[in-house]
Amino acid sequence: MQRWPVLLFLAWVCFLFFAGIGLFMSGFLLTRIELASSSSCSDPLVPPPWERQSLPPGSCWAPQRFSKAVLVIIDALRFEFAHFNPAKASPLPFENKLSFLYHLATSQPHHARLYRFRADPPTATMQRIKGLTTGSLPTFIDVGSNFATYAIQEDNLLAQLVQNGRRVVFMGDDTWEGLFPKKFFRSYFFPSFNVKDLHTVDDGILQHLYPTVDSGEWDVLIAHFLGVDHCGHKHGPDHPEMAKKLTQMNEMLRALVDHLGNDTLLLVAGDHGMTETGDHGGDSEKEVNAALFVYSKTPLFGTGPPEEPEAVPQVNLVPTVALLLGVPIPYSNIGEVMAELFSGDGDAVSAALKQLSVYHINAKQVDRFLHSYSLVAQDLPAEQLQRLQELFTDAVKEHTQLLAQVQEVTLVPPELQSRLRSLISRFQLYLREARAVCTQSWARFHPLRMVGGCTLIAASCLLCYVASELAVASDSFYRSCLLYPLLWGLVVALLVGLAHAFMPEGLDLLLVLSWAAAASQLGFFWHWWGRHPKRARLAGSQPPLPSIGLRQRLRAHWDGRLTVPEGPKQQQLLGFSSYRREIWYLLCLVAVLLVCVRLSGFFHQCREEIPQCRPSLFLSPLASLRNTRAKNLFYLLCVALLAGLVYAVRSWLRHYGNLNSSDPLVLFVRWGFPLVVLCIACYWAVASSADDSLGKLQELVQVAVVAFPWAVYGLASVGLLLLLCNPMTVFAKDTRESAGSIVTPYLGVPSSEVDFLHVIPQIYKRMQESQKSRLERGSCKATVAAYGLGSVYSAALVIALTLLGFLLMLLHSERLSLAFLLLFLEAFVLLHIHTHARGLAGDAEPFSVPWYAVISWLLAASQFFYSTGHQPIFPAIHWNAAFVGFHLDHSTNLLPAVLVGANTFASHILFAVGCPLLLLWPFVCETSSSQKRKPKKETREEQQEAEEHMMEMRLRESPEKFSTALLQLGLKYLFVLGTQLLACVCAAMILRRHLMVWKVFAPKFLFESLGFVVSSICLLLGISLVMRVDCAVSTWFSQLQFR
Amino acid sequence: MKEAEIRRLLAANLLRVFAVILTVVFPPFFWDGFTVLGTHLAWLCICSGCVSTLNIILYLVFKPNLTPKRSSFAQKISRFLKCCIYFFMSCILFHAIIVLYGAPLIESVTETFLFAVLLSTFTTLQCLCMLGPNIQAWIRVFSKNGAVSIWESSLQITTLGSILGAWFGAFPIPLDWDRPWQVWPISCSLGATFGYVAGLIIAPLWIHWNRKQLTYKSR
Repeated sequence: MQRWPVLLFLAWVCFLFFAGIGLFMSGFLLTRIELASSSSCSDPLVPPPWERQSLPPGSCWAPQRFSKAVLVIIDALRFEFAHFNPAKASPLPFENKLSFLYHLATSQPHHARLYRFRADPPTATMQRIKGLTTGSLPTFIDVGSNFATYAIQEDNLLAQLVQNGRRVVFMGDDTWEGLFPKKFFRSYFFPSFNVKDLHTVDDGILQHLYPTVDSGEWDVLIAHFLGVDHCGHKHGPDHPEMAKKLTQMNEMLRALVDHLGNDTLLLVAGDHGMTETGDHGGDSEKEVNAALFVYSKTPLFGTGPPEEPEAVPQVNLVPTVALLLGVPIPYSNIGEVMAELFSGDGDAVSAALKQLSVYHINAKQVDRFLHSYSLVAQDLPAEQLQRLQELFTDAVKEHTQLLAQVQEVTLVPPELQSRLRSLISRFQLYLREARAVCTQSWARFHPLRMVGGCTLIAASCLLCYVASELAVASDSFYRSCLLYPLLWGLVVALLVGLAHAFMPEGLDLLLVLSWAAAASQLGFFWHWWGRHPKRARLAGSQPPLPSIGLRQRLRAHWDGRLTVPEGPKQQQLLGFSSYRREIWYLLCLVAVLLVCVRLSGFFHQCREEIPQCRPSLFLSPLASLRNTRAKNLFYLLCVALLAGLVYAVRSWLRHYGNLNSSDPLVLFVRWGFPLVVLCIACYWAVASSADDSLGKLQELVQVAVVAFPWAVYGLASVGLLLLLCNPMTVFAKDTRESAGSIVTPYLGVPSSEVDFLHVIPQIYKRMQESQKSRLERGSCKATVAAYGLGSVYSAALVIALTLLGFLLMLLHSERLSLAFLLLFLEAFVLLHIHTHARGLAGDAEPFSVPWYAVISWLLAASQFFYSTGHQPIFPAIHWNAAFVGFHLDHSTNLLPAVLVGANTFASHILFAVGCPLLLLWPFVCETSSSQKRKPKKETREEQQEAEEHMMEMRLRESPEKFSTALLQLGLKYLFVLGTQLLACVCAAMILRRHLMVWKVFAPKFLFESLGFVVSSICLLLGISLVMRVDCAVSTWFSQLQFR
Repeated sequence: MKEAEIRRLLAANLLRVFAVILTVVFPPFFWDGFTVLGTHLAWLCICSGCVSTLNIILYLVFKPNLTPKRSSFAQKISRFLKCCIYFFMSCILFHAIIVLYGAPLIESVTETFLFAVLLSTFTTLQCLCMLGPNIQAWIRVFSKNGAVSIWESSLQITTLGSILGAWFGAFPIPLDWDRPWQVWPISCSLGATFGYVAGLIIAPLWIHWNRKQLTYKSR
């Protein structure tokens, strides 16, 4: 049997898929590392000391201009909504509605101004709020310290305000509650999810807004109105409802301005725009074009408004507001201050000096951020960082020079002014370029990489299909379909690697691997194409290749007739009555399957998109149950079912005779399994008991909560090790004569009657044995009865699956063990359906697993992903699994990742490891279709084998076919998995501008690709376990020969 | 002979289609506010009632399974009772299967049961009329190459059509379109009805086109 080529082939195919996934992911998932640092008042970024002395109390970094600010966020306030054009005769429903803003801007041009507010994609509300408060570009995965909450971990405006003692009051969209838990001095949250509801949030805010403003108990007030956005989603912008909503906003602003004091800054901003259909999320012009309106009762601007409203990137709001309110700029901000707000009402030179100082602070902060970011992540290109660094140093140097000259008063105003202006433009250049670099790497998809990854995955799927149709266990096959492609891949990897090594940008490992994968795929298809037509042509005339195949098949047929007279022939002879019985049996199995599927629906978790959905009661741990009786009942039920599982596995093994020997593994199954169950039961008991009821035993409980899981981990790993060391569960009864060893411990001269009594039977026995052996030698009847040899492969797999099942059950909450039991039951039923359907069809090719079986197996795997209480969204991950057996401390990140991953992909793991059972089961069930014989004997003599049931030994009879079958099965499994993955990848790629991409498609893609990785690795493990058993069987046979 | 029989089949099937259409169009004249979507349960009842009545009338008129030997009145009664029991059992069975396929177990039992009745009307009742309460015959007809007349071929096609239609009807239920017809069991029963109607129309045409290949062995 060729073991290594099979494993190598599968591993190579897995690698092709992984390369595709990696390439796609690098193009699709915009990632960014969140820095944990935050700015503080005492940072050494502050301007030179002569300016610092003038800093008023309560200000950080720059003098505070306003003591209060009101930020009104009108969700989806597109620029066109806020813009007022009096010349327009017949405005659309959304035009010319915010007339008050226009009135303010024209009557008080130094107090108010309207800007175009450019949002960065993705234009979803949550990402925008993150951008508006951190001053950074939120991507899909902001790799931070904690995945479990949506809360913003990065330094942000709100954190700075709170840190510096400002009172922040919030009202409106409850998204903020999740993002900024416990940050607000006072808050009024209203549910944001129901898009159809236009008024709840807005009316709620209006109810609280004016009393709060009048009370004066706030420093910063944020009001987030959702009506406009919801109206867009429900009706679109071009609708009378939108006109009503905007008019309401107009009235609100008019009233609000009346309530404001002189020291208050008013900002009215839209977080994003909307398309013609009222959606948002992408990066089209209409979605990113929002409005920003700034107003204060004291003059803000030194100059009048420009003709056309200026465009301001959204992140610029953060440093501006921070410095205006006299708090430090958040650490990760990459925005640029809106300098005209800082000019004040002095002359041109002092205004320019003020602007210069804020630019200087801003540039220093951005430089510090870029520096610390480049230390932890390499995704910003090095040479561009270098250039930025130079820009920054030059500007700072000139700044210092200029300040010195200003102090010495060596410059006259016109020259000073021009130098100031040029310096300001240099700082501006630096800040803009820095932002551009960040945008480049964080907010842009790489379509080329995405298409490349998608193509790689699709080609790998095709390769799987082709190879599974083609696979034969011959050296030529492995040479042309594995070795040459691998060589191609290696050569290309080397070439690309070398080329990259000489390039300035350095080595991108992912690209090299993808090129290697693509090249080896090309190699495969090239060689396949070379083989394919030749075969087809030769098949017509005198074919040497098929003739070999034919001869092989003939021989196999002949062998089959010789050794197994009741093989397929018997199935053809099945009478009509037994045929009908089979059909009824099959129908019953299908009914059981349906019941399993229906019952597994009770364990589903909910997505937040479906508000009326209630998550399954079984998901919460038992400890959360109030009712003691129900708790006890559930506990007993779980433990009883667990014990039932062990009983079922043991009786299955006993039925097939795998429980007779005294090997360590069998002993482990006999005694270790109940022990594991006991440990799990104890752990559940301890974990689900109420915390306070135990009183003094508290410390003991603390120990037990850690000790029992560790006992299970230990026992399970011991079991798996034993399984690897000696996977044989065969009990051999050797009836050949055991050559004359002394039977009795004969010690010295018999001294007493008792000794004689002991010896005489022994002598008799010895004589009897020698007689018997002579007889047997005469008739050539020496046999070895091996119990359980017929199911030795499946027994090993079943034991491994049970152990894995225990481990995974431990990681889930108690009542999900019911779901696991359903999983095992359904897998069992599926295997039986597969076997019986095959028996009915009278399949001529027993070594290939049909497609429907593989597909149903994989569908069951997906089904139980959901039925073990998972959903492909991040909040639904069971984080508790990381703390099973650990008491709230982890030294590394690896272990909790493994635990949570095992929890999440439990069904993928179980079904992938159990996949070879699809091949083995029909052989195991061979006996149960005909009459039952308890001890399955395997003899070395051909003659006797003919009369016995071969079961899985049929696989050993033709090792080439066995290895081919395993390879085929693995390839089919990978093909179906890969097709699933491909669908997700395509959905993510095509819908990357969809409103829900970050909520639905991207998480689904991530879960699916992780699931693919886990499944494929577990599939390899399962197949290698079968191979390990095969090794052990070979050595066992050779030992038998030598004995 | 064959052509005439196909024509008879076509006429019968068109009558059935007409009956189904009538159940949609006719009741609003009597009942203000009747719509298929709004008063779905009523429509389910009316549709099952009409189709079953028509089927029984057609059975009495055409008598497709003429038994050669005369049966006594008592035998007829027992056959009729058996048919009723079979029909009821098939309703229960369909209900169970629908629940196993994901219908709510406790809520909206009436809807599910009426849907099961509709499905039974489209499938079991026809079988009962055509083949009588004879499970062996049913198994024969629904196994491969089991049909021995165009009536039985038509039976196969319509049964398959209704069940497939019901199954496909369940597809739009989980989508978030918020349409009135996405409510359980409306889309499924509409799907079953469409499937049934399609089967009724397709069956004669299919038999007509394949009449060369279809050579029925005599019983």
